[in-house]
Amino acid sequence: MSRARPYLRPAEPLWWAHPPYLAYTLREATGLAVAGYAVVLLAGLIGLASGESAYAAWLNFLKSPWSLALHLLFLTGMIAHVWTWFQIMPKTMPRLVIGRRVLPQRWITAAGLAVAMASLIIVLLVAVWTQP
Amino acid sequence: MPPDAATAIAAREIVIEVLRYRPETNREPVRQAYRVPFTDDMSVLQGLQYIKDHLDGTLSFRWSCRMAICGSCGMMIGGAPRLACMTVVREYYPGPFTVEPLAHFPIERDLVVTVGGFVKKIESIYPYLIPKTQRRLDEGEYLQTPLQLARYETFSDCINCMLCYAACPQFGENPDFIGPGAMALLQRYNGDSRDGAQTKRMELVHTDNGAWSCTAVGYCSEVCPKQVDPANAVNQNKTRSALDYFLRFLGRPAGSGSAASGEVEP
Amino acid sequence: MKRSVAPLFWLPFGAGGMLSALIGPALVLITGLMAPTGTGLAPGFMSFARASAFARHPLGKLILFGVIALFLWHGAERIYLTLRDMRAAGKLALMWVCYGTAGALTFVTAAALVIIGF
Repeated sequence: MSRARPYLRPAEPLWWAHPPYLAYTLREATGLAVAGYAVVLLAGLIGLASGESAYAAWLNFLKSPWSLALHLLFLTGMIAHVWTWFQIMPKTMPRLVIGRRVLPQRWITAAGLAVAMASLIIVLLVAVWTQP
Repeated sequence: MPPDAATAIAAREIVIEVLRYRPETNREPVRQAYRVPFTDDMSVLQGLQYIKDHLDGTLSFRWSCRMAICGSCGMMIGGAPRLACMTVVREYYPGPFTVEPLAHFPIERDLVVTVGGFVKKIESIYPYLIPKTQRRLDEGEYLQTPLQLARYETFSDCINCMLCYAACPQFGENPDFIGPGAMALLQRYNGDSRDGAQTKRMELVHTDNGAWSCTAVGYCSEVCPKQVDPANAVNQNKTRSALDYFLRFLGRPAGSGSAASGEVEP
Repeated sequence: MKRSVAPLFWLPFGAGGMLSALIGPALVLITGLMAPTGTGLAPGFMSFARASAFARHPLGKLILFGVIALFLWHGAERIYLTLRDMRAAGKLALMWVCYGTAGALTFVTAAALVIIGF
């Protein structure tokens, strides 16, 4: 015991960039798409509050190739977010018991994804139905 | 001889690179390579035992049951937290592959890590049933239905092997994080219908070193050899803790409601 | 024992995550791809008149505020935790930058909705 000299290995500062943690980092990165899209919406809202010409400038920006590319990125991020969100969601819930059996977490994931799919369709339909 | 027996007997060789550390001789850990003959059914633990028995008697490592129930032989094999008794050498053929002590823990010697911190965390979560109301002996046992058992049973399967701590990067960043294993044990008791000390344990959960050090990486549950799902134990307590943060002013004690035991209200 | 302040930010993160999981892709499609290119939606879908009418309506205000604010707070928490993982700066500094930005932009959102009026 007198010769004990425990050695603590220095932590790897780039752990988040290597497997198996890279997948987790990419999942968290989808937050950029969610926040980024909100910022674009906010810009539009500010334009709306500022007047017709400011809002028209925002609409023009949305038509630009840059914006379309950006929104494709947002869409990719959003879809990745949807997928990974329902993978992790069951972990935040206590084990649900149906009858005598514990409900498998992948069923909760499947149910969540199904609801998201339905939600996507409903919102699109609402948009189409309320168009001018 | 039948073909599989012949293959089993014919020995192949593989190089195992073990991280050595002897505090009296080494300033810091150093890799040492050993050429080990192996058969298809041989575990990494048997490989280490071969090294100790035939190549280098100074190699130190923990092991006991060699059947994945004692939790002693956790180490980093090929860079991942594994039980040595439950990992077969042939998985790494042609090799070489590395065997290192469990990540995020101080090394005592060779593959032996300091477990004192982990033991203290286990002790800190009141790891015993504190009944809601004491029953006298003549009143008989505390009764529990299979359904009530199902709600916490997986958390009682933990063998304290610490693989989840080696897997958890947030524990690596913050050694004071109570960690997945301790939280699984905490939830084993909080989720037990016979227990009444949820509020006491939740006090630990509410802190920065409780559930809130976790960022839901989820790797802990992936490496667990007993499918305990510690990620679930930690993250369901995030939900509980967050709701309690806002609802405590309404006079509803933390964790004592149905949410704590996982009961689904009809 | 000292409670963490994390739940304050975790609940909006969760709400924003759930909301964006349910309607995020649809919104990006509609406002960012379909309406600007006139694909599947009439060209005047997001015209000034229609947008103003929407933003003037109390329900419209609620939706706009809810979507923008919750999406921002969801992103802020994820960005904060990832920057912390990357050891980009001290914990307190990162909290101020991430949550501070989300807070400021939430205020701007509310202000814009008030200015738009009824």
